[in-house]
Amino acid sequence: MKPPRFDFVRATSLADVHAVLAELGANARLLAGGQTLMPMLSMRLVRPTAVVDIMHVPGLDGIAIKGNDVRIGAGVRQADLLAWPHLAASLPLLQAALPWVGHAQTRSRGTVCGSIAHADPSAELPLCLLALDGTVGLSSSRGRRHVPASEFLVGMMSTARADDELIEAIHIPKRQPGAGYAFNEFGRRHGDFAIVACAAVVAATSIRLAVGGVADRPERRDFPLIEGKPLAEAIDAFSWALDARDDLHATARYRRELVRQMGHATIEEARRCRG
Amino acid sequence: MPRLSADTSHMVRLTLNGQTVEAAAEPRMLLTDFLRHALGATGTHVGCEHGVCGACTVEIDGMLARACLTLALQVDGATVRTVEGLAPGPGRLSVLQEAFRRHHALQCGFCTAGILMSLDHYLRRNTNPSEAELREFLGGHLCRCTGYVPIVAAALDAAKVLRETKADA
Repeated sequence: MKPPRFDFVRATSLADVHAVLAELGANARLLAGGQTLMPMLSMRLVRPTAVVDIMHVPGLDGIAIKGNDVRIGAGVRQADLLAWPHLAASLPLLQAALPWVGHAQTRSRGTVCGSIAHADPSAELPLCLLALDGTVGLSSSRGRRHVPASEFLVGMMSTARADDELIEAIHIPKRQPGAGYAFNEFGRRHGDFAIVACAAVVAATSIRLAVGGVADRPERRDFPLIEGKPLAEAIDAFSWALDARDDLHATARYRRELVRQMGHATIEEARRCRG
Repeated sequence: MPRLSADTSHMVRLTLNGQTVEAAAEPRMLLTDFLRHALGATGTHVGCEHGVCGACTVEIDGMLARACLTLALQVDGATVRTVEGLAPGPGRLSVLQEAFRRHHALQCGFCTAGILMSLDHYLRRNTNPSEAELREFLGGHLCRCTGYVPIVAAALDAAKVLRETKADA
């Protein structure tokens, strides 16, 4: 499996990226860590006219706390975020989820924003972005806009990004004081795509459960601060509302059962680590 | 901004195992093929070509990378280490390679180059890994011969030798 022919553009400024995207639109593909795009090229699922390497664009590589948000630039690799000294204090859900993203050997190249850009319904990072009410910062030669994760993640490998836009950064709200966060995943093998992944946030007045791997995009539901049987019933209702499908990895029924069991356990884990 | 045409080859210069090397590559050429066919460094193996099996794992600027998920043009100016760079000299093996031999940690050897690169990278940062840590780390590699048990044993043994060497130094 070899990639098809394409021009290679080594962008050295945001203006470069915007110019190529304005010219070629969907025929240009942005290359950051390459952990999703490169297999897609080799399997010829995409045939772009040009591949634009954005890893030499200054200003895309930073992780910074800005007010209540953590800004993660398009060039930040998953391993960089995992090694960020403020991760546990600022983004405990990401700290729990990142070890599930691929393997050490792919996290060292793959970027956080790249995973968001591809929006695989089983991927951990879009799920966390949705669970935490993150936003996606897009820019193009037309200007900048911010899109909430709930509107950005449209469906299977499909997002609200326009063809001429670059994800410049994502913005994730910092840990809320008093809230608890937990993440769990079930797959055949550690590092495989999730059959079901669950992220839970237990805050002062509400519980949120977000699940990936079930529908064609991550889904979330908020509950009041309930527990025990009422919570189990509420999660059951959520699991039935999900557009679960059978595939060769698991049946829809099996996925719903995972949402009920693992979803409940993840919420209880988040409740225990409130602080 | 440089836009390199799909139909022509472009010179890529990099440091490979300490030596400056250069060769031409079309934009679509993968680093695996570039290493093997353009530079003649055939130690890096090509398995699945979509990042799953880990056979082509190399180090780029000190970070582990799947060479099959990297374009040759991306390593222009970079420092790359491959399995050819592990042995300290001709006719000698590294501590990790010796441990692989002692423990029969390979049979067909197809996955070995990538696993050696990963473990070499890991053991240079942590010479006291637990078996569980090593197994999680090896999750990024597929071996269809050994069942992984001798690979884990070799890695633990190499870590022990490295700790003792450190203590002696």
